[in-house]
Order: sequence, then structure tokens, then C-alpha cells
Amino acid sequence: MNSPRASDTATRVRGLAGTGKIVDVLAPLVAVLAAFLVGGLVVAAIGESPLKFYSTLFRGAFANADSVGLVLFNATPLIFAGLAVAFAFRAGLFNIGGEGQLYIGSFACTWVALQLPGAPRVLLIPVLILASAVGGGLWAAIPGYLKARFGVHEVINTIMMNFIAVGLTSYLVIAIFKEAGQMTPQTATIPIAGELPRLAYFFQSLGVPLPAANPLNASFLIALAAVWLAWFILHRTTLGYEIRAVGHNASAAEYAGINVRRTLVLAMVLSGAFAGLVATNEVMGFRHRFLDNFSSGIGFMGIAVALLGRNSPLGVLFAALLFGVLNTGALEVDVFTDVPRELILVVQAVTIILVVVGNEIVQRRRGRGAALTPRSEAASIDRDGSAEVS
Amino acid sequence: MFELVVLDSALRMATPLILASLGGLFSERSGVVNIALEGILLTGAFASILATYYTGDPWVGVAAGIFAGILVSLIHAAVTVIFKADQIVSGVAINLLAAGATQFLTWITWGSSSNSPPVGGMARWSLPEAWGPVARSINVVIGHYPPLVYVALVAVAVAHVVLWHTPFGLRLRATGEHPAAVDALGVSVRKMRFAGVLLSGALAGLGGAFLALNTHQFVKNMSAGRGYIALAAMIFGKWNPVGAALACLLFGYAEAVQMGLQGQHVPSQFVQMIPYVLTMVALVGVIGRARPPAALGKPY
Repeated sequence: MNSPRASDTATRVRGLAGTGKIVDVLAPLVAVLAAFLVGGLVVAAIGESPLKFYSTLFRGAFANADSVGLVLFNATPLIFAGLAVAFAFRAGLFNIGGEGQLYIGSFACTWVALQLPGAPRVLLIPVLILASAVGGGLWAAIPGYLKARFGVHEVINTIMMNFIAVGLTSYLVIAIFKEAGQMTPQTATIPIAGELPRLAYFFQSLGVPLPAANPLNASFLIALAAVWLAWFILHRTTLGYEIRAVGHNASAAEYAGINVRRTLVLAMVLSGAFAGLVATNEVMGFRHRFLDNFSSGIGFMGIAVALLGRNSPLGVLFAALLFGVLNTGALEVDVFTDVPRELILVVQAVTIILVVVGNEIVQRRRGRGAALTPRSEAASIDRDGSAEVS
Repeated sequence: MFELVVLDSALRMATPLILASLGGLFSERSGVVNIALEGILLTGAFASILATYYTGDPWVGVAAGIFAGILVSLIHAAVTVIFKADQIVSGVAINLLAAGATQFLTWITWGSSSNSPPVGGMARWSLPEAWGPVARSINVVIGHYPPLVYVALVAVAVAHVVLWHTPFGLRLRATGEHPAAVDALGVSVRKMRFAGVLLSGALAGLGGAFLALNTHQFVKNMSAGRGYIALAAMIFGKWNPVGAALACLLFGYAEAVQMGLQGQHVPSQFVQMIPYVLTMVALVGVIGRARPPAALGKPY
């Protein structure tokens, strides 16, 4: 009764995790193109030119160094949020709580920064990065524990905890930490030593004319490191092996001696830590403070990014960059065409629906058995699990 | 805190929640998780204002809200029942789609990406005064709230009867618990799940219509998480119509109290959190375990 029902969720991972085949790249590409087509039809239906719409969109994203910098800046939080979802997915967990985790991570980061006004830069920056990850990780640990201990489905709990996180941080900011003499519900700014440097000067020194006002900052580099870290943990560590094993087949993993409950909790904690790292961009890199209700759905976009990236860290990177392009181009579309930028949201939503539906169709074509990497891997755990799992 | 005004507005706040959570109930009892309630509420709200704006008749708006809810839930049903894709992913995508599409259409229709112009609300129900004192006292009861409040309360009773006292309800519940058995008895699991999801679309669409017509306009993202609260209420009510409705009343009460508290010293955010915390507590089983249908979330 109380045993975690990870095997149920394992069926979900089936096919949504990458198979390492060409279809991993092709299927999302086809979905994106089809979604663009749908978007184009909508544009045509309201009497505007789809060609102008898309040329404006891509001009907005690639016109010059400034706009490319904006693309990378907009992609940064999506990389973290996407990694969070993808990482939990590999353990068979659906972490819908990225939104709440990034709020708690961002608040933890800000709070720690405000407690350490005189700390030197070399100390403060790593401490704040850690605080962001710990904040998000602890928040995610709660649904992870409830799943492992009581078998309560993590989806409902993470949704509930999103709202609780928003309410809690909102209370803390407005009632306790609000900047003195300000109406805006935001904290005071963090010490300058805790700010991540912008990348403009670095790129200028390389001859790239990135304006000094461009918000792209070192958090993008942390995001790249996080992509590598997620891959490394999943594919080069015992814990990662255990996470994937539990995701493929929890019963087999347990049979092979893996502590399934511990693995589930740890996977949630790491997933939440990735979500918490959104703070490196939003707090340390950009706003330099906590603003009430700042996120507007980054955590939910992470779900889309993870699915489009087929839950692989590298896939997440590319999917986040694509969404960065769309979000950046959307601003240009708003200004220079008569198409409202909300159409981009529609295109993104259609992309996700097509990705999951396309994925099911591909699997059915191939015959379910053939596409099931989980089943074969689960078998290998049975055979040599004891040797592999220390 | 227990003034009549608060209780009064609690029932109004609870109405869209009740309709949406009854919707969620039909869907989940058939075995399909419906996170798309949020998007359906929003789409129903938009469609009801659109239709009311062009026809001037809020009842046409109500019909449009229901129709739009069914259309959106049709996507969810197709993706999850025919293509057997992940139900949560589909719900997340539909919510995203609804948020984008309603803002897009608001802009196309009214040239504003934030809200529609105001429309007329629903007239209260009443019997002609000429019918005498009895009619007048009946009017005090049936004319006190907007009509859809009564519709929602009746819907709770109807849902209870349908789910527990009709063959359809039995089949629907069986589909959510053990689809293979239902299949073996010659009942189409696919049809039952379509029925469950489309019913949820109709009910949540109706909830959206109430939400918007009660405000007399459409405002972007006006569902504001109510779909998730409805989902929480359904769980807190242990997947039962009456339980869900009582939970909605409790959550609606929390919302009414919270609005009354704004600008005062009591932190309204904590009142706002009550539904979510209670739901987590209910799931763990501290106050009697809430058990979902056995086959919930599993494609068949």
C-alpha cells in the first residue's frame, strides 16, 4: 500500500526519453515545423502575411549581436527549468513544480545575499549559487519524500507546492523583506559582490559587438555547465544509473538491490536544484533582487522544453535555445506586425501536443516492443545489477 | 469573518470551482487526469463573453462557454484516449494553448491583449410579482444569486445520481478502476473515457462562463489557477461530487475571506494557501486517505 508506485510512472518515461537514434532529432524537428505551419495558417486566417510574420520573428532573434545575446539570455532560465523536468523524468517522476522550486531557490539566494553584505566576491558567488540550488532542492524534496514514503503522486503535490511557494515568497517579500520606502513588492538589491558579471565586455574583447546594456550574463555559462552536469550525473555516476534504472522499471531496480525510495527522493532533490538555479539568471545576473511574482511561468515552460528535448540534457539545451528564439522574436513581431505576440504561445503549445502525439505514432508504427528501450535495460539490470550497482 | 456578506461571496467564489471540479470528477472517474481544467475554464470564460458580446444574450454566452469547453476537452480526449499520449503533458499543453489562444483572440476581436469590453450580466431568476406573496417569497430565494449558482448546486446532485445510481455512472467508474474488465464486458473503454472527458469539458466550460459573466467581461488569464484549485477540491473531496462541492465551498470561503483581508495586517497569502496545504495533507492520509481511481492516468 505504501510502496512507491514508480513502476506506474515508468510507463510514462517510455519513449519520452531519448533512444539515441536519429528519430530523437527528427521527430521534434518535424513537430516544430508542423507547429510553425499551424502558426502560419493562423496568421493567414487573420489576413496577415505568414512570410512577413516569420521573417520578422527571425529578424528579431538574429538581426545583430544584441538580439542573439537576448536569445541566449531568454534561453538561460528555460535551460535550468527544462533540465529540472528532464532529470526527474528519467527517474519516472513528473516534476511540475519547477515554478515553485525556482521561486524558493530565488528567494533563498536573495535572502542569503542580504545576510552577507560584506562578503568577498570569490566567497559570495559560490555560496549564492549553492543557496539557489539548495532552496529549490529542499522544496522539491517534500513531494519526493511524500512519494517515496506514502506513495502520493508527485504531480498533484508539486502543483500544490507551486501555489504555496508563490504565496510564501509573496508574504515574505511584502511583509518582511520589502525594500524600505518602495511600493513595488521587491526586496532590496543584493550586494554587488553577489552579482554575476554581464558577458558584454567579454564578447567585446573577442570583437563581438554585444552592447553593454545587453542582459546576457554569466548565468548562461552556469546553464551550460548544468547541462554537462546533468548528463554527467545521469550517465557517469552510480546515482545516475540508479535513477535511470528506477525510471525504466522500478520493480526490477528494487530487485537488483537499488534503494528505490532513496533514489526517488534524490532525483527530486537534484531536479529541484536545477530549477532553483534559475535564480542565478533572474536574481544574480539580472534583477539583483527578488521581485514578487517575477517568473510568469518559466517552470511550466520547462516542461515544454524538456519534452521537446526528449528529456536529454543536450536536447534540453537546443529546445531552450529554440524557445529563446521564439520569445525574443515575439517582441519584434509585436512591434512590427499586426499579429499579437501571443501567437507564439499558441505555436509553442501546438509543438508540445505534436511532439507527444508524434511520439506515440512513431512508437505504434515500430511496434511497441521494438521501441521499448526501458524493457531491455531493465532486463540487463536483472542480469548484472549486483555488479553494476554498488 | 463569518459575516453573511463573506458567506454570500463564498458561494459565488465556489460556483466556478464546483462546476470545474465536477468536470474533473467525471474525467478522472473514467481514468483520465484532467489538468486541462484550467485551460478549459479560461476558454469557456472567453467564449461566453464573445458570444454575449455579439448576441447580447448571456444565455447564448453560457451555451458558447459549454461548447468551447467541449471543443477543448475534445483535444484532450483525442490526444490521451486515441493517441494514448501522456495525460499530464496534454493538460499542460492545453493550458498553454488556452492562455495563448484566448489572449490572441481577445486582441483580434477587441484590439486589446488584456480584456474585453464589459457585457451585460445574467438577469436573476424571478416569478412575476403579480402572482402574489408566495411568488415574492420564492423570488427572495431564487433571485438572490445569479442563476448559474443554482445550476451548480443542482449539478452536484445530478452528478451524484449519475455516478452512483445509473448504469452509465457504474460503467464510467469501472473504466477508471479496471478498464480491462469493462472491455471484457463489451463496453467500449474509449467511448466511456471520451464521455468522461467531454463531460468535464462541458462542466468546466460552464464554470468559465459563470466566472466571466459574473465579472461582466473577459480578462486575460482570469482563471488564475482556479482549475488547479478545482482539481485540489476534487481530491480533497475524495473523488466524490458532494465531497468535492463541500471542498469547493471551503476553498471559496477561503478566497472570500482572503479578499476581505487584503490591505489588513493578517497575511492574506496564508489564507490563500489553505486549499493547497489541505489537499497535500489529505493525500498523505492524515484526515482519511484520499484514494484515486486505480487506473487513473494509465492509457488503455
